[in-house]
Amino acid sequence: MDIRPIFSTLRRHKTAAALIVLEIALTCAIVSNAVFLIADRSERMSAPTGVAENELLHIRLTPSQNVENDDAITVQDLATLRNLPGVKSAASMNQFPFGDHSSATGINMQRDQPAPTLEASFYLLGESGLATLGVRLVEGRDFTPEEFRLQSQVENDDKLEMPSVMLDRVTAKRLFPDKPAIGQQIYLFEKPSRIIGIVDRLAPPRPQNAASDYVVIVPVRPSYSEGAYLLRVDSAQREAVLKAAVAALEKLDSRRVVTRQETFEDIRDKYYQQDRWMTALLVAVCLALLIVTAFGIVGLASFWVQQRTRMIGVRRALGASRGQILGYFQTENFLLTSIGIVIGMVGAYGINQVLMTYYELPRLPWVCLPIGAAVLWALGQIAVLGPARRAAALPPVVVMRGA
Amino acid sequence: MFSYYLDLALRSFRRSPALTALMVLAIALGIGASMTTLTVYHVLSADPIPGKSDRLFYVQLDAQASGSAPLGTEPPVQVSRFDAEAMLRDKRGLRQAMMTGGNVAVQPAQQPQQGDMKPFFASARYTSADFFPMFDTPFRYGRAWNAEDDAASARVAVISEALNQRLFGGADSTGKMLNVGGHDLRIVGVLDRWRPIPHFYDLIGGRYADTEQLFVPFTTALQQQLRIVGSLSCWGNGNTVDRRAVNAPCAWIQYWVELASASEAAPYKQYLMNHSDQQRAAGRYQRPTNVRLRNVTEWLEFRKVVPSDVRLQMWLAFGFLAVCLTNTIGLLLAKCLRRASEIGVRRALGATKQAIFAQFLVEAGAIGAVGGVLGLGLALLGLWGVRQNPASYAQLAQIDAPMLFITLLSALLASLLAGLLPAWRACQVTPALQLKSQ
Repeated sequence: MDIRPIFSTLRRHKTAAALIVLEIALTCAIVSNAVFLIADRSERMSAPTGVAENELLHIRLTPSQNVENDDAITVQDLATLRNLPGVKSAASMNQFPFGDHSSATGINMQRDQPAPTLEASFYLLGESGLATLGVRLVEGRDFTPEEFRLQSQVENDDKLEMPSVMLDRVTAKRLFPDKPAIGQQIYLFEKPSRIIGIVDRLAPPRPQNAASDYVVIVPVRPSYSEGAYLLRVDSAQREAVLKAAVAALEKLDSRRVVTRQETFEDIRDKYYQQDRWMTALLVAVCLALLIVTAFGIVGLASFWVQQRTRMIGVRRALGASRGQILGYFQTENFLLTSIGIVIGMVGAYGINQVLMTYYELPRLPWVCLPIGAAVLWALGQIAVLGPARRAAALPPVVVMRGA
Repeated sequence: MFSYYLDLALRSFRRSPALTALMVLAIALGIGASMTTLTVYHVLSADPIPGKSDRLFYVQLDAQASGSAPLGTEPPVQVSRFDAEAMLRDKRGLRQAMMTGGNVAVQPAQQPQQGDMKPFFASARYTSADFFPMFDTPFRYGRAWNAEDDAASARVAVISEALNQRLFGGADSTGKMLNVGGHDLRIVGVLDRWRPIPHFYDLIGGRYADTEQLFVPFTTALQQQLRIVGSLSCWGNGNTVDRRAVNAPCAWIQYWVELASASEAAPYKQYLMNHSDQQRAAGRYQRPTNVRLRNVTEWLEFRKVVPSDVRLQMWLAFGFLAVCLTNTIGLLLAKCLRRASEIGVRRALGATKQAIFAQFLVEAGAIGAVGGVLGLGLALLGLWGVRQNPASYAQLAQIDAPMLFITLLSALLASLLAGLLPAWRACQVTPALQLKSQ
């Protein structure tokens, strides 16, 4: 099809054409970035944590007054929990992914370093902590029963060392890029610890918000007043086991209040609620933008059809088929949309630059370009179809007579 | 003249109702979205303590061990107890307070008749006495405690209006006893409704957290070992028997100072630097002097209190408004060019260019006015939607009178802006050409 007549017509409607191009460009720039933000959030929300998410329960108890023997009570609690039907494993720990508590520490390679080598999430896991979380050990061995300490001991005794620690794969690779990390020595709180095991993956307590993604695990058991209980149960009877566990704990010692009782999935849902909300909002805005733009195209195209009634009649009388008239308007829209897309893509990269500085987002991946272009082309073609068909349906005689 | 133009506009709307509805809807959607997000931003970035935000200062000192953080970085967010107590003793500001957050089991000491009330957890603030006059907290009943109470670790407490409602049905509860974490404290004051937004004096427990329910003297809280909740950051080997002890190498206290005027900041900062130098000379500090003194505004800015999502939403909404406006300009232009012959007749009958220009602006303005009212409705709906959002700040999203006014005004302005180009094009129509082509 010859596009020269289209150009010469458009030249006579510069302002209107420019406006439609501008609208498409703005929509294109905003929608590409919004789609990118949506994809980025969805990816973050579905990032694996390394734990058995659909089998975990969380219970946190808070003493209502000062209690002395909380370590002894913790032992009792854990024994009771492990004996409950449906409970596969239970452990006390200071933090877990998506929990409210988060603790971090510096890892050093030497005793006296001017600054820590890296900051890592500091996991204190009590006995059978790894098994409870469902974290997979990929190298080395699990902690032995003799290696476990109490959090109160570790905090109060300046001399007490933590001889064995575990890292996750990412942290091990970062600290020892070119040799196996197993058996190597690191320093925590200026005291040496040996790496005895590497786990596949354990997310920090605040994934996506943590200062770092690095993790170090030590065999230390917090008491119930310092940490939380996690239970690994049969996923089908989570609710029932949770109720039974809370009842059993309350029966053991009533001088404390159950401040948290929830399934891990609920915790995860709550943690990402804000992100889900934002994603829904972005989707809504994208749809609204596309609809408004489509209506803009419909409005302007209808006007053009009306204005060019005489031209259409002349062309039809001179032998142009309905298909050619239809094609004319479709091609015109395609041209305008393409110009809009080109300008919009440049704008999209501009916006992306700003987002990169303010929101620590990665660069807009190039796949967004063809997707954005395809969406807008399709939108333009669909929007213009109605007015174009009306134009093609105009009988030449009526048109010529009316002129 | 105006009413005549309005009449013309109405006729034109009646001739193309779909196009008119489209324009009104576009303006309404754009305005609704931008005003929703702008209102949220306006609420969240508000000055929590107007009139004082430039002379209330937050203090940061670097007491860390030499190897605990890279040099030249920010000092810890909070200060150690040793430093806080030293500064409190020095009293270099008009008022000053050291504080931390807590969460503690509460129940009335004298059990009410209706049976035993189970203890429940209340959010608490453990602070020295100046907190109340410094932050201008309103009192419904009673008063704050004073410095002597601090020194004596007096067993007193101030409670919030909400806690007073829950425990005593809103009656004057001053003088009554309250069991807090197993210890009896005497209520000396009940606050009136008070919720600074953001929760500026402690951002760790939630940037838009509700005001604490219970206030206890810092010294009393330590003596009674009430449960402290907040961030605790220790350095060195971090192993001390009591991390809350005076000499513990841990930062966990927020320190605020009120100065007589903003210009006192420089001398006060000098005092902080001298304090740091002295501490280093005494062997307590190991790192170079590194102090920060930020007023409320600077502090909120530095901690990036307004959630980045809220900013992002605002820009998204303004982008949306831009698209809606472009759309409206295009449609208005199409509409007015279609009426070239009508304009030609009006011009031939003696209407001036200005009159045509005014006529089309009135038409655009009418669309804007209707779109604005509709947009306001959408904004109210949008804010209702925001309040359903799980974030802690969501419930604060309420429109106020100035925002209401801004909404309507901006819709009108936006539509007039959109009407400028079409109106200008309309008044350029040459009457002779139009009449000839009829």
